[in-house]
Amino acid sequence: MMLNINSIIQGIVIDHIKPGWGLKVFDYLKLADADFTVALIMNASSQKFGRKDIIKIENEIDIDLAMLGFIDPNITVNIIENEIITEKINLSLPKEVRDIIQCKNPRCISSDERNIQHKFVLIDAENGVYKCDYCDHIYSWEG
Amino acid sequence: MLKNKHLIDPMDFTLEELDEIFSLTNLIKEKQGDFTNLCNGKILGTLFYEPSTRTRFSFEAAMLRLGGEVIGFSEPGSSSVSKGESLPDTIRTVEAYSDIIVMRHPKEGAPKYASNYCKIPLINAGDGGHQHPTQTLADLYTIMESKGRLENLTIGFCGDLKFGRTVHSLIKAISRYENIKLVLISPIELQIPKYLKKEVEDKDIDYVEMEKLEDVIGDLDILYMTRVQKERFFNEADYIRLKDSYILDLKKLEKAKTDLSILHPLPRVNEISMEVDSDPRAYYFKQTKNGMYVRMALIIKLLGVDYDAKY
Repeated sequence: MMLNINSIIQGIVIDHIKPGWGLKVFDYLKLADADFTVALIMNASSQKFGRKDIIKIENEIDIDLAMLGFIDPNITVNIIENEIITEKINLSLPKEVRDIIQCKNPRCISSDERNIQHKFVLIDAENGVYKCDYCDHIYSWEG
Repeated sequence: MLKNKHLIDPMDFTLEELDEIFSLTNLIKEKQGDFTNLCNGKILGTLFYEPSTRTRFSFEAAMLRLGGEVIGFSEPGSSSVSKGESLPDTIRTVEAYSDIIVMRHPKEGAPKYASNYCKIPLINAGDGGHQHPTQTLADLYTIMESKGRLENLTIGFCGDLKFGRTVHSLIKAISRYENIKLVLISPIELQIPKYLKKEVEDKDIDYVEMEKLEDVIGDLDILYMTRVQKERFFNEADYIRLKDSYILDLKKLEKAKTDLSILHPLPRVNEISMEVDSDPRAYYFKQTKNGMYVRMALIIKLLGVDYDAKY
């Protein structure tokens, strides 16, 4: 039986999330603390990718989405008003990323101090390259 | 305006600010007696979380020669750091008792993190294998003194370029001057870190990476030798295999220019033979003395002490 999630009248649809990443995005956006309606749909069928995760947020559009570009630039974000898509947000890479990733340099102060904020700054927007703000170590997804 | 600034990274100061420090260094070297009471009543806090001889001594000597006082620790075991105190708390405490702080730390980025909690000038005296900006002041000043310029130079860096913090800082700083060519001589395993290579490439700096000193020594105006530091290696076998790879002796120097300047941040182990010490091209002992004078100038500038009334 098909899972049915009502279309929303007003809010945000975060679409084309890589399957399995929906919960991470949910956590990054701190949606567990939300007092508005949120739906997390995992492994929905996708013509483009086969499977995808989706998050629908109702009656709330004031959410900091900058981090989504860092997590996956293929994610699409649609703003819905009166059941119509009024805006498609193009995700760009945030200039700074705080407390999302950790520095992999074992000699970095961030691996040693309690309560330190993990902070990375964008140094190459074209190739999505970040470096640790403390030790300059370059971050890459591959490690 | 250098007053109340931190010095964490060699790029923290503009070229004009560096000129200010070097001009004052010249003045101090000429008229040292005029500076003996300049920092009366001022206190330098020295936080050395890692052993140091010349950097700590040169900072302490600099402050004492300016008439100031010094407090601090030379190894963290003798402070409340050993009780598990956080870096921000240590900094806030020492800040309450001092006018300016010098800090060496084995962890990379520690001074940058500490500077977020420090309202008085904080100086990075070396953080792990990352940066050592005050050594860079001594290096730049010595290059200026020996060559009369900081532009139009071919500079060879030889040895451990991966973990050598003095190398990283000098490459960043010297790359801001016109027509600089970098010759990076090291085993492949000890080439400069990725982030630094990216910076050099992004700025279109002319550079080559070589494995053998003798192949390029004839092209160099400056040769910056470094020690292969045992404590930077993760294992003993790699250290033993690589430590003697690059040794400068008079035979290698036969191929070098007659006006080459040889620099070394010291301490050396055996990477420069002692026979080189008496060669007029050896500048490393002058460089280490310059280290004290530039640190005197740095302390005066960061404290904003008025020194020029009589000049």
